Amino acid sequence: MKLLILIPAFNEEGAVGSVVEEVREVMPGVPVLVVDDCSEDATCTVARQAGARVLPLPHHLGLGGCVQAGYRLAFELGYDYVIRVDGDGQHDPRDIPRILEALEREGCEMVIGSRFMNGNGGHSGFLRAMAIVFFRAVLRPILGRPVHDPTSGYVGVNRTALALFSRSFPLEYPEIEALVVLQRKKFRFVEVPCHMRPRRAGRTSITALRSLYYPVHVLLGVFVNVLKFEGRRK
Amino acid sequence: MDHLLNVITAFSLLLIGLVLASVRRAHIRVEYSVSWLLAALVLLVLSRWRGLEQWLGAMLGINDAPLALLMLAGAVFLVVLYRFSLIISNLKDSNIALAQRVAILEFRLESFDEKNKVAAPR
Repeated sequence: MKLLILIPAFNEEGAVGSVVEEVREVMPGVPVLVVDDCSEDATCTVARQAGARVLPLPHHLGLGGCVQAGYRLAFELGYDYVIRVDGDGQHDPRDIPRILEALEREGCEMVIGSRFMNGNGGHSGFLRAMAIVFFRAVLRPILGRPVHDPTSGYVGVNRTALALFSRSFPLEYPEIEALVVLQRKKFRFVEVPCHMRPRRAGRTSITALRSLYYPVHVLLGVFVNVLKFEGRRK
Repeated sequence: MDHLLNVITAFSLLLIGLVLASVRRAHIRVEYSVSWLLAALVLLVLSRWRGLEQWLGAMLGINDAPLALLMLAGAVFLVVLYRFSLIISNLKDSNIALAQRVAILEFRLESFDEKNKVAAPR
């Protein structure tokens, strides 16, 4: 079984080093790949010093493009599982074994680390919490089942999902749209409880203006993906 | 209203001149200049051809022919902008795929070099 820990990072020099170190402590011997989305700070250097391999992108692609670059490389290198951990320190690496175990045990294509399955959702801001409630309601009929934490980026995928995402992955705010892409292919996902912590350093890319744009963009993305459902074309 | 038509004529001529100058200086590729040149020519012809303009007004149910011309101009430019949105989206997708490919190739080349360094005799 080949596992890769994927850490997308953009201007995370203050946090990415400790994230890599924590991951290596929890998962010794497992390769850690930091995909640097053309940071303007020392993210690359810090990540390398902490013991990660770094995939530096030649220019800024945004979160989806950054994650997809990691998925593409992992797929080409023959990895069976990839677990994505954010570079800002919000995801607790001690939850990685739980995600991996669920991937292996359930045989599903994706496992989502959910902050709401153990009552630990307190670190999401008001706007994010509102977005989560809204998108839970939107996704419920599309997915045909509830999803607790649709905006979680703490996800593990198996090789089947890796093959899909390396070809087609939503480029901006990818988490919610990725669920619809999975559903379109009739892939399965499960959620496992995970701990979320406050970000350690740096600033979130979701500004006040973007938080207004976010639901519009994601809704449109969901709508477009629903229209692509193979079954509905007939 | 003649004044408005004259302004549209002048604008069309200016646009044609601007596009041709940009093509000459290689600031815009020929295939992308065609949309703008066509749009400007349509405007130019309609602003000078009264009969066609009035027929167009009647077709659109607008008594004021220059207003119909303005509406048509808006529609033509919307189509041009839409075409460019398609082109930009396509370019963005290609650009992202290319950037990812470059990064992956560099990564694999670096790994290959590292392996060779280790394997190379001293």
